[in-house]
Amino acid sequence: MHELSIASSIVATVSEYAGHPGVGKIVEVRIRVGALAGVSKDSLLFCYDIASKDTVLEGSALVVQELPVVIFCVPCTVERVLPSVQLFRCPVCNTPSGDIRQGRELEIESTVVDEYAST
Amino acid sequence: MNTRVLEIRKGILNKNDQLAAELRRRFETAGCVTLNLVSSPGTGKTALLERTLRTMRDRGLRVAALVGDLETDNDAKRLVASGAPVRQINTYRCCHLEASMISEHLEGWALEKLDYLFIENVGNLVCPASYDLGEKLRIALLSVTEGEDKPLKYPGLFNSADVVVITKIDLAEACEFDGAAACANIEAVRPGMRILEASAKTGDGMAIWIDWLLQLRTSEPAK
Repeated sequence: MHELSIASSIVATVSEYAGHPGVGKIVEVRIRVGALAGVSKDSLLFCYDIASKDTVLEGSALVVQELPVVIFCVPCTVERVLPSVQLFRCPVCNTPSGDIRQGRELEIESTVVDEYAST
Repeated sequence: MNTRVLEIRKGILNKNDQLAAELRRRFETAGCVTLNLVSSPGTGKTALLERTLRTMRDRGLRVAALVGDLETDNDAKRLVASGAPVRQINTYRCCHLEASMISEHLEGWALEKLDYLFIENVGNLVCPASYDLGEKLRIALLSVTEGEDKPLKYPGLFNSADVVVITKIDLAEACEFDGAAACANIEAVRPGMRILEASAKTGDGMAIWIDWLLQLRTSEPAK
């Protein structure tokens, strides 16, 4: 259960963007979470509300894009999406692969902000 | 009022990752092989380390350990009996070690005077997977008493490890532990993973484990 510290890191990073020229209220934060990142979406959403309370991010929505694991299969010479994180084998030819191309992401992609009309 | 999208594209654990990269550089420059031991509570991390520290010191190697737990310095007390420098990291509510905790607890230690630094993580098979500590290799422990399917239940952590050590092998028979199934499960979540086995109690497998540790000093950085 480290989602509270993850949520706090998100709040700390995105808060730095508040107050930049032309940036009004932050309404949404978009993040990408890979299936191997070890983060539970539900508990992260719960913790985000707690972590953002009394900050410039209070009331903003956290949008979590969940990413499946993608491996590179050598015999097929193509990237394949794994249906499960319990079997690192090509779902087509069954060859084992440890060449992970996606799935460890834990990153803030963007934020949606109200725009001040410049005067 | 209009809205617009601001690109950020930053790792959420960016701060930890940067600090871990700095630590990794320090360890490599100092020639100190640093290993991060992760497992569930009760797998025998401390028991394996007690014997490992003693054996390596007997061979003239300069070893040290940092040991993480939520509370108590019980593990540090056990490890310090080996004669090696040991520091306890109490994380209190925190379920894993972070790079900043390593950095703080290294203060005053001359890394260039160490051949090996063992970091015993908090017993937890989930959260430590996400936190790079600057280690050369991450070693996951799996005890025979836990069952063969642990790697399938916690694929994230086992996938993030470089090596697995199966511990308490003296109890394998009593637990009806199916070693082949355990290895197949490890292989399923991390193809090609190196698997060792040891009993810190009887010493079975310890010689191979120690030999494997010794060859790390001459091998190339794995990360």
